[in-house]
Amino acid sequence: MPKPQPVLDPAGIPPWWRDRRVIPWLVQGVVALLLLVLIAFLLGNLVHNLTARGMLLSWRWLGEPAGFDISETLLPFDASLPYWRGLAAGLVNTFRAVLTGLIGATLLGTLAGMASFSRNGLLRGLTRAYVEIIRNIPLLLQLIFWYFVVFLSLPNGTAALQIPGLVLAKSGLYLAGFSQGMEWSLPQLINGVWQAPWRLSVEFAALLCGLIIYSGAFIAEVVRGGIASVPKGQWEAATSLGMDWFSTLRHVVLPQALRVIVPGLNTQYISLAKNSSLAVAVGFTDLYSVAETTLNQTGRALEVYLLLLGAYLALDLVISLVMNGLNRLVQIRER
Amino acid sequence: MLLRMSFRPTRAWALPLVLAGLLAGCAQDGGSGVQSAKLSMIQGRGKLVCGVDGKLPGFSFVGPDGRYSGLDVDVCQAMAAAIFGDASKVEFRDLNSSERFAALASGEVDLLSRNTTMTLSRDAPGGNALSFAPTTFYDGQGMMVPAASGITTLKALAGKPICVESGTTTELNLADRMREIGVAYTPLKFQTGDQTYAAYLGGRCIAVTSDRSQLAAKRSSFPNPGAHTLLKDVMSKEPLTPATTNADPAWADAVRWTVNTLIQAEELGITKANIASKLTEAKANKNQADLRRFLGVEGDFGKQLGLPADFVVKIISAVGNYGEIFDRNVGPGSKLQLDRGVNNQWTKGGLMYSPPFR
Repeated sequence: MPKPQPVLDPAGIPPWWRDRRVIPWLVQGVVALLLLVLIAFLLGNLVHNLTARGMLLSWRWLGEPAGFDISETLLPFDASLPYWRGLAAGLVNTFRAVLTGLIGATLLGTLAGMASFSRNGLLRGLTRAYVEIIRNIPLLLQLIFWYFVVFLSLPNGTAALQIPGLVLAKSGLYLAGFSQGMEWSLPQLINGVWQAPWRLSVEFAALLCGLIIYSGAFIAEVVRGGIASVPKGQWEAATSLGMDWFSTLRHVVLPQALRVIVPGLNTQYISLAKNSSLAVAVGFTDLYSVAETTLNQTGRALEVYLLLLGAYLALDLVISLVMNGLNRLVQIRER
Repeated sequence: MLLRMSFRPTRAWALPLVLAGLLAGCAQDGGSGVQSAKLSMIQGRGKLVCGVDGKLPGFSFVGPDGRYSGLDVDVCQAMAAAIFGDASKVEFRDLNSSERFAALASGEVDLLSRNTTMTLSRDAPGGNALSFAPTTFYDGQGMMVPAASGITTLKALAGKPICVESGTTTELNLADRMREIGVAYTPLKFQTGDQTYAAYLGGRCIAVTSDRSQLAAKRSSFPNPGAHTLLKDVMSKEPLTPATTNADPAWADAVRWTVNTLIQAEELGITKANIASKLTEAKANKNQADLRRFLGVEGDFGKQLGLPADFVVKIISAVGNYGEIFDRNVGPGSKLQLDRGVNNQWTKGGLMYSPPFR
């Protein structure tokens, strides 16, 4: 009786199920199929339960009149406009907080990071103290401190703190600027109410202070790490050429440090964008705050949370995209 | 032959068994129809989980000894007394206005007794799908201002910042009323009552708006209550009502008739003090049919609701009737000193009216 031959075709090529080019695809195909089945099961379960409760996904409520007011918006909004306009106004407020927060935190963090290499011991000490104290206290506590302790204890009316071009009062921060007639105008008290070309609410100011100072501490560490990564020889070489401390940093060290700093900054920026949702604690009407009110009035928890998730995800992905572009610009190009 | 002989008795045995099984099945089905799944779960757990505000004197407030007290709290304790015969078998959960409905819908709390206004959209299956018990406090929205501000009307609030808790009917009523009278204002919204009143006391807003009872309650805990006044305007109707969900109608019924018990007991003049003597009287006198049924001496009202037969006696012995609860927490016996007003019995011109225990 002849031995059974191994399954090989005349050319010695194994059958397709033992082909090394096919097997990885086959395995991945099976895993993908299982995953799809699982997702289909979970979605089916969700739809079944939501139908049973009469809460199937619906987006029609977005067009209903919102019925609530928003105190400060860049987009015009009032209670008779639909929910989606309110959510859009909230989103714009979130953008405003994130964008100004990013700029402020970057400036503060860079300065503090640079100062930690200063030859002035007092400045170095102050920077260390700033970083260590601020980054070890929860942001929510800091926001509440800025709002309830600092800004709400500002005086009002004639007693308001007045610095030339800037008035700090409980009703808001008033800045000098060009008024509508393109004339330079200073904040002035009219009938007991301050008027100025630029006004920030104390809620927004408290949120900004909290975000900038908190994120600034983390960015200072990122910048410090970046500068520390530049070899000491670079400092010495620049100094021997007669460059002073600041121009060494500005022209020699920082350009090289950026390679290390930028990826770290990306993480901090994303955190800042997410942290901005704590605005609700200090009464600033950001996207999360509007969404929460909407959720309460409509009872559409799932839909509102999907929108929120989508919005914050998109915001963070855009930040990442920009930062990755920047990262490519500052990397060393191999020549 | 032998084979057949041995089969017959087996069959004869099997028939009653099968019948019994069928009957048992029926009994079980019938049983789960009466007995609410939620109620069984609560009985199994050994305590009721009740969602309250926790920071509102007179309604639900944690005292220095860590004990909860207030009108909303007493409703929770009445429910625990009805189920377990022991008012202390309640676990309280503090919920803010944004969390409350999610906590109830997810089953984190069994009962929401947290100064919640009954509205169409909260009741309807297409909205929050809640099931409301009878209202325990008829309220209206008010506006509080510092007495020194000299403001006496809503119109005088034009252009002024007003503090309000977000996610409340208050927030919507404020927008509606101000739009009606054509007054522009700045709403400052906070997630919790604490933050809202802290911002008001910090002087960030010239007025704070909420239910009138809540304003009075919060004012009583201010450092200087006399420095704040409530405007005369009543901006809305706010029937504050305990709630469960539409998911378990039998449980909702048990809650509904527990609240009715409190109201009915006051109408019948049954109090925490005289419940024992009333019970003896009912047991002794067969002609007192109404009283006998109400106190569970005869009839099966308790069983129909899935509660013990003497649930009324247990409730009143634990917390007293509605009038006693009102007086103790928000009325003459409290710091709030609120009038009964529309919260009086229907026999005295109020809105408190229990359907008959029949």
